[in-house]
Amino acid sequence: MLGRLTWQAIPWSEPIPLVAAGVVGLMLAGVIVWVFLKGYVPYLWKEWITSVDHKRIGVMYCLLALVMLLRGFSDAVMMRSQQALAFHGQGYLPPDHYDQVFSAHGTIMIFFVAMPFVTGLMNFVVPLQLGVRDVAFPTLNSVSFWLTAAAALLVNISLVVGEFARTGWLPYPPLSELQYSPDVGVDYYLWAIQISGAGTIMSGVNLVTTILKMRAPGMSYWRMPVFCWTALASNLLIVASFPILTAVTAMLLLDRYLDFHFFTNEMGGNPMMFVNLIWTWGHPEVYIHILPAFGIFSEVIATFSGKPLFGYRSMVMATMAICLLSFMVWLHHFFTMGAGADVNGFFGIMTMIIAVPTGVKVYNWLFTMYGGRVRFTVPMLWSIGFMVTFIVGGMTGVLMAVPPADFVLHNSLFLVAHFHNVIIGGVLFGAFAGYNYWFPKAFGFRLDETWGKRAFWLWLVGFYMAFMPLYVLGLLGMTRRMQHFDRPEWYPWVLVAAAGAGLITLGIGAQIIQFVVSIRRRAALQDTTGDPWDGRTLEWATASPPPAFNFAVMPNVKGEEPYWGMKSKARELAHLLTGEPTYEAISVPRNTATGVVTAFFAVFLGFAMIWRIYWLAGLGAVGIYAAFVAFAWRDRSEQEISAREVARLDRENRLARSDALAEGMPQ
Amino acid sequence: MVLLDALGIMLVIVIPTILAILLFAWWFRASNKAATYRPAWAYSGKLEALVWAIPALVILFLGGVAWTGAHDLDPARPIASPRRALEVEVVSLDWRWLFIYPDQHIATINRLVIPVGTPVNLRITSASVMNVFFVPRLSSEIYAMNGMVTQLNLLGSETGTFPGLSAQFSGDGFADMAFDTVVATPADFAAFVESAHAATSRLDAAEYRVLSKQSHERRVQVFGSVSDGLFEDIVSLRLPPGSGPSLAPVSDTTTGAH
Repeated sequence: MLGRLTWQAIPWSEPIPLVAAGVVGLMLAGVIVWVFLKGYVPYLWKEWITSVDHKRIGVMYCLLALVMLLRGFSDAVMMRSQQALAFHGQGYLPPDHYDQVFSAHGTIMIFFVAMPFVTGLMNFVVPLQLGVRDVAFPTLNSVSFWLTAAAALLVNISLVVGEFARTGWLPYPPLSELQYSPDVGVDYYLWAIQISGAGTIMSGVNLVTTILKMRAPGMSYWRMPVFCWTALASNLLIVASFPILTAVTAMLLLDRYLDFHFFTNEMGGNPMMFVNLIWTWGHPEVYIHILPAFGIFSEVIATFSGKPLFGYRSMVMATMAICLLSFMVWLHHFFTMGAGADVNGFFGIMTMIIAVPTGVKVYNWLFTMYGGRVRFTVPMLWSIGFMVTFIVGGMTGVLMAVPPADFVLHNSLFLVAHFHNVIIGGVLFGAFAGYNYWFPKAFGFRLDETWGKRAFWLWLVGFYMAFMPLYVLGLLGMTRRMQHFDRPEWYPWVLVAAAGAGLITLGIGAQIIQFVVSIRRRAALQDTTGDPWDGRTLEWATASPPPAFNFAVMPNVKGEEPYWGMKSKARELAHLLTGEPTYEAISVPRNTATGVVTAFFAVFLGFAMIWRIYWLAGLGAVGIYAAFVAFAWRDRSEQEISAREVARLDRENRLARSDALAEGMPQ
Repeated sequence: MVLLDALGIMLVIVIPTILAILLFAWWFRASNKAATYRPAWAYSGKLEALVWAIPALVILFLGGVAWTGAHDLDPARPIASPRRALEVEVVSLDWRWLFIYPDQHIATINRLVIPVGTPVNLRITSASVMNVFFVPRLSSEIYAMNGMVTQLNLLGSETGTFPGLSAQFSGDGFADMAFDTVVATPADFAAFVESAHAATSRLDAAEYRVLSKQSHERRVQVFGSVSDGLFEDIVSLRLPPGSGPSLAPVSDTTTGAH
């Protein structure tokens, strides 16, 4: 009846996950009770959960990422403290628990923090920057988000029911095969990846279509903001590479469930094939993360330097070059598998070639600041912190692209330091810059600067303190994923790294305070004009938060940086927006519960497959199918907002914007 | 050495760039009235050429370093030496290292003893899951994979004891996979072989099956004799891969074929 699920699945003997889950569960229950008591349920259901508005979905993606960041970061703190305590000892986490912690940390940070964060920002910003009213497929967008959330939920369920993978974030066979990992941990991993992967592919298709087919009149490719270009590149990579991930995890599932032999030792299986396939997805994946971050920095640096981006076309070329090259370097993840000198040499050189367009980008940002008026706001601080940090990370990356160097650094803490250097220093700093930059657009008030700056400095110093020692440890021969060690020369560096993690904890604390303080001071931080930073692109040409239809009148784009162009012209002529445009009724897609219902059943499907409760899995699959059928048979897909309502929503912002421009600079 | 060359080449560019970032950001701060504001300056053909050329040149140099390095320092490439190489067969177990000396007909667990100044040719495989053989101060890293043989050549140029480990996570006992590599004088090496021969324990298929079971044991063991062709039997799967966790999964409905 219940497959492999018994009471023993709950780790009664391990207090850490139980207490953690208990606290989280209580908090969650508290929030739910509070929401019920306050009567917010109908509001949340109508305005958020069933929303197909790309802005709402974008915000929910970012919220999911921030919540999962807390989970993934708790894992990081446990790893650092375990290693600090496990010199000549066992620390407080036994191997079977420690192995789950680092596997969950990697999986969560990549799939449920970095991915939803960049996807959320792209979802929110791209249609606004393109000057359109929504993404190409709004309901599909909602399905994508809820599937990602469903997978995140599955990963968290593994904390209390059963266990998570003990294989690392990429479950290399044969370790991940049934023979060596007979428990449900790897199944949790695989089903979570299948479900979130389906969501990611759909959101990739959606955004590619949006960018290629739905741009405002006059918004030619060469007028698109760089963030849209990087979003295009990133989503093209998603569409091309995520099917590989789905396929390779499906093959491993077949191995584990139906006794196939794709990657087993015996019966002709080949574990190296898994390693090849997973990295042909895995390397593009890092560019799926970093390219949108590059886009964010391009927007932020141009805005706060008060100048157009230097070398716009060069920047686009570099982006697309990276997009293409990222598929030709996967073998550098395993130079040490004995492929031979020619193969290693080729992939080493290909890897280095990616550094050329990346280097070009750094110089273009540098020259964007040149001759500018740099305002050191929080997003700009993250950007400058990124430029310096990322150069260091890029340099160590090129270093490891030299095969003989990799022969002594592969899988060492040097490698760990390198990819945290580029993922934290690049992707996460980018996401934080974007969060501070676009927050006023999403909610109508800015985030508090003081606490934002404190958070930045704590993170920056904490990052260097936590990861520079890992470079040293790597050179001293310490490999990753060690539950304990007894080499005295490593010990002091391990302690410094743990202290760095402590500083980052304070940084996260400062971010939480920043969030709370900003909400309390929202009246003082209010953005009345919709253009709090003196922005250059179209998202600043509408109210904050934008109405459901984004733009009351579709913008007519006459050049790069359209909103800057409009403002410059208005300043020249000393007036803007004379008279009122003719407002027309606007059709917007109707909200639908398809996404959340699909995800609801997907959780059951995944959970049931993990525990081999096949009748429940069948029920989940039928539920998902039924949700689609119900959606396909709906009668009305759109609703109309009357011209009068559009005018009412737009008028106030129009006046505020005019007044601000009349005074010269916007606030 | 290659590491330092590559690092040197890059630092020439990286340090000035970082300084330029900080300098530009500081000098062009909004409050600095002395800095000229060029709100429309966004293109310069010469600079564009330069920013593509600088990284390209660096990579040209480094690419050369990578290509020659990949060939000269390929782990599979034998080390040129007048002395004949010592052959050692390495098997990563869950979670120990087995070293077989085919010419000496002895074997050890968790201790590799080699003569100083003599090239060593290691042929490496795994009894079960993937591992990476690594002696940080002595060798490159190379994967150990079941059903496959990788090759690694190394040479100890001074005597001493060098810690080795696995550099690929391989399960709960991964952190216990430490072993010592002892680089001994030729006389000490000969003495080691001789004393090993004195050991009565024999490594054969039956003993190997015991060894290939999961164990956190870190003890050094020595076998006085080894049955012929054991390594080939492991690689060709005539000896089955290690059995993995001894506890069968609870009420597992899908039985593996293994």
